[in-house]
Amino acid sequence: MNYINAFWVGGLICVIGQILIDKTKITSARILVLFVVLGCILGGLNIYDKIIDYAGAGACVPLPGFGNLLANGVKEEIDSEGAIGILTGGLKSASAGISAAVIFSLINALIFDPKEK
Amino acid sequence: MQKKIRQQTIKFKNPVYIISTSSTVGPKEGEGPLKDFFDLILEDSLYGEISWEKAESKITKETFARALEKANFSQEDIDYVISGDLLNQNTGSNFAIRDLNIPFFGIFGACSTIGEGLGLGAILIDGGFANNILIGASSHFCASEKQFRFPLELGTQRPPSSTWTVTGQGSVILSDKKNQDKNKKLPCVTAITPGKIIDLGIKDANNMGAAMAPAAFDVIYSHLSDLNISPDYYDLIVTGDLGKIGHDLVVKMFGEKNIDMTRNYNDCGLLIFDIEKQKIGSGGSGCACSAVTFAGYLYKRLKDGVLNKILFVPTGALMSQLSSQQGESIPGIAYAVAIENHD
Amino acid sequence: MKNNFIDKKKYQDTVEKMSPKTNIFLNCFNAFWSGGLICVIGEFITNYFLNLGYEIDVARTFCSVILIFFGVILTGFGVYDKIGKFAGAGSIVPITGFANSVAAPALEFKKEGYIFGVGAKMFLISGPVIVYSTLASVIVGIFYYFSL
Repeated sequence: MNYINAFWVGGLICVIGQILIDKTKITSARILVLFVVLGCILGGLNIYDKIIDYAGAGACVPLPGFGNLLANGVKEEIDSEGAIGILTGGLKSASAGISAAVIFSLINALIFDPKEK
Repeated sequence: MQKKIRQQTIKFKNPVYIISTSSTVGPKEGEGPLKDFFDLILEDSLYGEISWEKAESKITKETFARALEKANFSQEDIDYVISGDLLNQNTGSNFAIRDLNIPFFGIFGACSTIGEGLGLGAILIDGGFANNILIGASSHFCASEKQFRFPLELGTQRPPSSTWTVTGQGSVILSDKKNQDKNKKLPCVTAITPGKIIDLGIKDANNMGAAMAPAAFDVIYSHLSDLNISPDYYDLIVTGDLGKIGHDLVVKMFGEKNIDMTRNYNDCGLLIFDIEKQKIGSGGSGCACSAVTFAGYLYKRLKDGVLNKILFVPTGALMSQLSSQQGESIPGIAYAVAIENHD
Repeated sequence: MKNNFIDKKKYQDTVEKMSPKTNIFLNCFNAFWSGGLICVIGEFITNYFLNLGYEIDVARTFCSVILIFFGVILTGFGVYDKIGKFAGAGSIVPITGFANSVAAPALEFKKEGYIFGVGAKMFLISGPVIVYSTLASVIVGIFYYFSL
């Protein structure tokens, strides 16, 4: 069941993105921003965790899951460190993802060259 | 001896011969319907250079050299070179021409550059200011994507209205006399109508054909009414890079003025690619689209006598990435260049 | 008298009518199953690390990192943009799409050097994501702090 839930919930989140792209002509860069911010807000309202409970990676892997991670990180950090957690929590929880993307991309740029299309 | 006819057309008194052309295209264009008409088809569009931009300059430089060679000219025979491209500050041309020892006019007309160049070159020759002029325009798909859109490797979809920037360069040599084939007819630039900038508020950078079509309509309409001729006067009227949508819009706009454009009107962006088979979207675009289609296909068709009179109308979209980000619409421009076979 | 005037509003409507529409149903279908598939792979990776005895949060972090790795490497091989042409949002919305948005400009601007090219342009598309997600998290934090 886990895999089926992950499949359809994850697919559905992508479909929402596709409809936005096709209907409103917004660029993929804006989709990324919109979805992460949306995930963060839903995380703040404790809604997104419920979707994750149901769909697992189907909700974690799409970008709103990344936003949700930031929201949860902020809350945990405030619980343990107080007010300073407002500033430290978000990026701390996202650090693995951002560092991985930066370091892999850097190595990638060292190794590969852009290809002709 | 008034050479300007009515509002915006110039009719030349002296013959301005097109004595030589040369074209280079990238691999994708080399798979298109016009592949047999190009002088050189590159195997890869990096062309042995380290960047797309350097490759574009190399393509320009070598295509110029080939145009000179075909005319049996050396650099000293050329009075001026007129050239432009899509890269910021015209570097595609600048870096190609720095190694040539010829005075240079750099021009920018976006994808209409070859039309602007042919017009200005013909004016210089007809006015007696030059004997031989070398004209060129280039674009490069990868360099344009990088500058105007997104990185090549970014996974985005191209909407069906988008056009594909042609990789290549087209060179043309204009002269006041024939130097080869003295007894044969040669294509001559007989009249030009420089266009006005027309902007009907289209903002979608993925629908450039629609942004430029009104400029093409306006300049063709002005050309025909200034010279008091109908579209039938020409064997072919061919716009630069409007693609399918822009082409259909031009036909529709003329239709509303009760002028039939369905019989002898085509677009270089539709000639150069098979848009269905090659999955191109609306058609080809870029400076090279009209430049290589003229230098390769149309010029040979004129010389063969398959075509005798054409109206060549390169079109350009005069926006930048910044102007689009600031919410500006896309202004269009077009130059109508009448080319006819003459003794 | 020339009558080559075209009405702006009317022209824009004509353009709207004559421009081909994307096949939104087909696009959505492709986005659905390819996006879903990436999530299933994510679920598989998460389960793998759970079975190794890791906490759920750590397993999910491993999952993100591994998917990011594949997003980047497929970008390097010039495959990700081809997937993107087909899958659309199905390969933009998952975390692999974020990885692609970091890797693609880094690769493209390599020729402009490692500082102003790779280093600076790396955040061309993902920069705004980090900026606004940070902003959103701080706002969430402020609300959370004062509601405690």
